Amino acid sequence: MSVSTSPTGPTASPDVSAVFAVSGVGVRFGGLVALDDVSLAVGPGQVHGVIGPNGAGKTTLFNVCCGFVRPDTGTVLRHGRPVRDLRPHRLSGMGIARTLQGVGLFRGLTVVENVMVGADRHRRAGFAATLFALARSDRDERALRERAMAALTELGADGYADRLPGSLPYPVQKRVALARALAGEPDLLLLDEPASGLGSDEMTELGELIRTLTDRMSVVLVEHHMDLVMAVCDRITVLDFGKVVADGTPDEVRDDPAVIDAYLGEEATHS
Amino acid sequence: MSQQTDEPAAAQASSPVATGAPRPGPLAAVRRRLPRSTFGRHALVVLLALVAVVLVLELTSPFRNSQFATMSYYAIAAAGLTVLTGLNGQISLGHGALMAVGAYTTGLLLGDDGTGLPLLLVMVIAAAVTALVGAVVGAAAARLHGPYLAGATLALAVAVPGLAIYFDHTLGGEQGLPVASPDVPDWFADAVYFLSANETPTAKYLAYLGWGTLLVVLLLLANLMAGRIGRVWRAVRDDEVAAELAGIRLGRVRVLAFVVSAVCAGLAGSVLGVVVRLAAPSGFTIVLSLGLLTAVVVGGLGSLEGALLGSALLVFLPPAVTNLGIGAGLDGTQAAQLAPFVYGVVLVLVMLLAPSGAVGVVKKLWNRSRTNRRGPSTRRTG
Repeated sequence: MSVSTSPTGPTASPDVSAVFAVSGVGVRFGGLVALDDVSLAVGPGQVHGVIGPNGAGKTTLFNVCCGFVRPDTGTVLRHGRPVRDLRPHRLSGMGIARTLQGVGLFRGLTVVENVMVGADRHRRAGFAATLFALARSDRDERALRERAMAALTELGADGYADRLPGSLPYPVQKRVALARALAGEPDLLLLDEPASGLGSDEMTELGELIRTLTDRMSVVLVEHHMDLVMAVCDRITVLDFGKVVADGTPDEVRDDPAVIDAYLGEEATHS
Repeated sequence: MSQQTDEPAAAQASSPVATGAPRPGPLAAVRRRLPRSTFGRHALVVLLALVAVVLVLELTSPFRNSQFATMSYYAIAAAGLTVLTGLNGQISLGHGALMAVGAYTTGLLLGDDGTGLPLLLVMVIAAAVTALVGAVVGAAAARLHGPYLAGATLALAVAVPGLAIYFDHTLGGEQGLPVASPDVPDWFADAVYFLSANETPTAKYLAYLGWGTLLVVLLLLANLMAGRIGRVWRAVRDDEVAAELAGIRLGRVRVLAFVVSAVCAGLAGSVLGVVVRLAAPSGFTIVLSLGLLTAVVVGGLGSLEGALLGSALLVFLPPAVTNLGIGAGLDGTQAAQLAPFVYGVVLVLVMLLAPSGAVGVVKKLWNRSRTNRRGPSTRRTG
């Protein structure tokens, strides 16, 4: 087991190049320790998996990364610099996008409008331009729509652009949600259980897609499906009871006895 | 919930008319489907509506004129409310109070002898003052949800008329504050005479004033709804967390919606003041706020057409029902009591049978007929 984040010494060099890192994060909910001294560092163009049994603190860690939960100890680092006062609405401006467990689509907006909201950080026209429907506002809308359509096309969901999300099959909704995250052109993508509810073919497709994203962004993946995680991740952090029990390449993690104890031992019978 | 702004865009998109010269490229298809200009489209609709308004007001009796004037201020407030509740998901039981702010501001600035500021300037100031109040209320409202928000805005509806009674020296107390009736400008009377050879009594002028304001308000609201602001409002309504992750500041967006809605209510109050010639606490009770809310719901939440329709019902349904009642042999009092009853029945029926309101039903029928014409298979492409 190797926790690779120590901010001092020569081993710190990969951390400086890390696009995103958390260091020594601890979170308590009342008496319950949800996270205890958790660190991870995501390199540029890397797919970093976070796995662990139910209740290991994966989602809490994600919520710390997004500013939904304030850690009691530790820091979140972006390009090696600590992020002060992290708030969810600041993420997209920082080039970070996150998908939600489930889909979290806006059900009253068409598919393309959903994705346009994801691209909202690229807007240029303000309130007055919209109020008076100035040409500037129309141009801006057109640009946002083009961005949205490009993201939908990339995910093969452009044919559904004018539909409402509720009328679409679940896997398509998941793709739309991913398109919404990509439309903001992030350089870090946080995926919260992207494979839940998908069939095995769709999961393979998703894995291939995630690998194609790495030339543009780093990806952090919280996921239950070990096949997917092992296939796409460059590095994996294993959590158990809020602690990092292992951190390394898929092969290292796979053979780590602590991981087998914590996780694979009970899961391996399923897969 | 219905978003009527999608309707024109969708209708336009489905028509095969190519707009402008589409440049070649992978997105040409997308570009071709876009309407030429939002402003052009909305302005055209408003101009057509203006023609209709002139025709109706010139061809109807002074009594109808005054009914249309009443409808105009209900519709202005309802349009603002439908944006707040339908698009942004915030309920307000306090819009009557915001109208009171507009009406009292108008009364104070106009003076009771008409020696105050010019009317248009007064209306702008009334809107600005109400916007300020709306920003304060909106900031509180942005932190509240559902029944708590309803309760807080209800408190506003109860408290504001009370203020008028407390400060009875400046605000006229229970009797209310007289509002000067504006003179009909000569140029306006001349223009109407030129068009229709009719004189312009004050009642008709006020109807024009109300409807002119209403059309401007509708134009601007339609612009907002069709553009980025409307989309962001709806996104916040549908999923806060996802909206926040897209970089949207929930509080700001909610306060903005409340302020826009308050401006409408302020303008509505201003028009009400000059039409009724009085700003009195009894005119801004909770009944007014509830009336606006029911108008918006019956017409179709989140739809400007629905707000218009709902306000029309609010104004024209009670006298019609009363007349029916008298025709059916009821005495005056009984007939007058029939109107609120019928209104309540209509509301309950709408909630049961057509929760998306009148506009929602029409839209559903329209979509169905379109699907049938094109064949159901075309909707399953992609």
